[in-house]
Amino acid sequence: MRKGEEMRKGGEMRTIYLDNNATTRVAEEVIQEMLPYLGELYGNPSSMHSFGGNVAKRIAEARDRVANLVGAGSASEIIFTSCGTESDNAALFGTLRSYPEKRHIVTTRVEHPAVLNTCRYLQKEGYRVTFLSVNQSGQLDLDELRESITPDTAIVSIMHANNETGVIFPLAEIAGIVKEKGAVFHTDAVQTVGKVPLNLKESSIDMLSLSGHKLHAPKGVGALYLRGGVRFTPFLMGGHQERGRRGGTENVASIIGLGKACELAFLHIDEERTRVRALRDRLENSILEQVPNARVNGDRIHRLPNTSNISFEFIEGEAILLLLSDRGIAASSGSACTSGSLEPSHVLRAMGVPFTHAHGSIRFSLSRYTTREEIDTVIRELLPIVERLRAISPFGPKKKPPLHCGQLENLSP
Amino acid sequence: MWDYSEKVMDHFHNPRNVGEIENPDAVGEIGNIVCGDALKLTLRIDRSTERILDARFQTFGCGSAIASSSALTEMIKGKTLEEASRITNREIADYLDGLPEEKMHCSVMGMEALEAAIKSYRGIETPIIEVPEGEKIICRCFGVTDKKIAHIIETNNLTTVEQVTNYTKAGGGCGQCRPQIEEILADVLKKEREKRNTLPKKMTTLEKIRLIQETLEKEIRPYLRADGGDLELVDIDGNKVYIRLSGTCQSCPSMGFTIETFITQKLRQAVNDEEIEVKKVEE
Repeated sequence: MRKGEEMRKGGEMRTIYLDNNATTRVAEEVIQEMLPYLGELYGNPSSMHSFGGNVAKRIAEARDRVANLVGAGSASEIIFTSCGTESDNAALFGTLRSYPEKRHIVTTRVEHPAVLNTCRYLQKEGYRVTFLSVNQSGQLDLDELRESITPDTAIVSIMHANNETGVIFPLAEIAGIVKEKGAVFHTDAVQTVGKVPLNLKESSIDMLSLSGHKLHAPKGVGALYLRGGVRFTPFLMGGHQERGRRGGTENVASIIGLGKACELAFLHIDEERTRVRALRDRLENSILEQVPNARVNGDRIHRLPNTSNISFEFIEGEAILLLLSDRGIAASSGSACTSGSLEPSHVLRAMGVPFTHAHGSIRFSLSRYTTREEIDTVIRELLPIVERLRAISPFGPKKKPPLHCGQLENLSP
Repeated sequence: MWDYSEKVMDHFHNPRNVGEIENPDAVGEIGNIVCGDALKLTLRIDRSTERILDARFQTFGCGSAIASSSALTEMIKGKTLEEASRITNREIADYLDGLPEEKMHCSVMGMEALEAAIKSYRGIETPIIEVPEGEKIICRCFGVTDKKIAHIIETNNLTTVEQVTNYTKAGGGCGQCRPQIEEILADVLKKEREKRNTLPKKMTTLEKIRLIQETLEKEIRPYLRADGGDLELVDIDGNKVYIRLSGTCQSCPSMGFTIETFITQKLRQAVNDEEIEVKKVEE
């Protein structure tokens, strides 16, 4: 058994979980609301008896709660799905099938793989796809967006906030441009729902994806907001569930859990932009003060209140994560080695983050469960870890400059 | 999370021989920060015996890159350059009780740094950016040449493009060179097949007899003895092997089955001859 595991087993160390953009802990209140529906209340909401009908009522309540959190005009605009990825796929395929004559898609180079890889697939299928670039802060050029949309454009899919850097795109402005140009607008808001207030009925957003496990509901449930009147062809064909827009018997307990999580998120949303933000800033500022050759990746103003992406020059992210993990600290990295691919994060590369920084990037993502003590522990533990790895590294400010090879501009988008 | 062996984690947490030897007798530098890992190896060498007296490393990279570098220095200390030059990446990985398949390129980096160091000792410069003469860059993203790909395929018995990427990184960027890797792979495999076909392993009768005796002793008799039986080799005539059974084997009702399937199969495997027949000799 490894050292870190031993210490944890002995109960001396609790996990300091700063990887909430990957997944979140399920809120205790959510678990309690779900449990009866995993047990004695197992009815099918479609059944014509009150045993099933009572379950249908709880699903309706969950739908109301989700609609309320995102500010939808009507609860019927919420379609429950199995995850954020399914919502994204449903939005893309559901729109393209509704507009078979249109063959163009607009998205960005920094999307989550759920959108990015789906668009790459569609490209192979013969669709024309524009991947919008971002600047060094990770922001889009809205003129480039405006120019990219043509009468042939079926759908524009642009994320609300980036999962790696937390950079938030100006959604209202983007939706306005897309509407003016006459295309359907979809946004992957998996990282923002529950962290940033939304008011969809006052916006020009046609579709929005959200995921349960990013806001303290369980994994395996998500939702797609589909504005009333927007053309849509079901992605998952089958029964009449979700008003014929998504077949398959409802994941009852998880949907009820998602509803409860949305209710809690609505209550706590101010805490995200006050207490959580303050903790994030404390962590980030302390690290920048203490650790030389560290920098923040992405726009620090327009950013999720819980996310900080910091690069530590001359060292590699996976090695940092392993040593953090030994101390019970869970974070994430954009380095090549952690992803199982051989290149660093596509988001950091799209932003032009130098390779010397990209390999050593660490993402800390907090939640409303994060405490001040935990943040102070991370601040204390981080510097020695960075120093230890820099002592092993052949590169450094006083060592020789890093070499370069290969043909860098040839890297895939 | 990667499933690293305890030995990998030990060498990552307590890396051996970190640092840089002052005025070293040999230096090997490989990889770069762009590619995500880099290793600088410095050696102290006894010039009269060509024995490696000390080895130090500096590594930029993930847990397994640091562990592979640490393992390498431990493996080569005390060896002569000639002995050290025979170390393969596979042996570095084995020393660490294995590496995840996707991380095998870390062991390759270790082997290459050692090669570069030995070359530097012999006065041969290893070009870091330029392509060595007679080699062609296949993977432009990671700067991997055809010769390196072919060499790694041979020494590690690789069979798929995915494996080549795991071991050399080639093809892991934009992916445009994957068809070329496929060609190199097909080429190497074809050559190996031809090599096998032109050199059929012909065994002398003496070798064959010795092998049959050994197989009976080590693999068959202990098995029979466990059940209170035994056998004795009486004679070998061409492909016919005559044995005499004793103990419980004589009266065992499943004896026919045992001779047929177990002993015959074992012997056929051992001498690589499907013609072998086992004959039972009565008392």
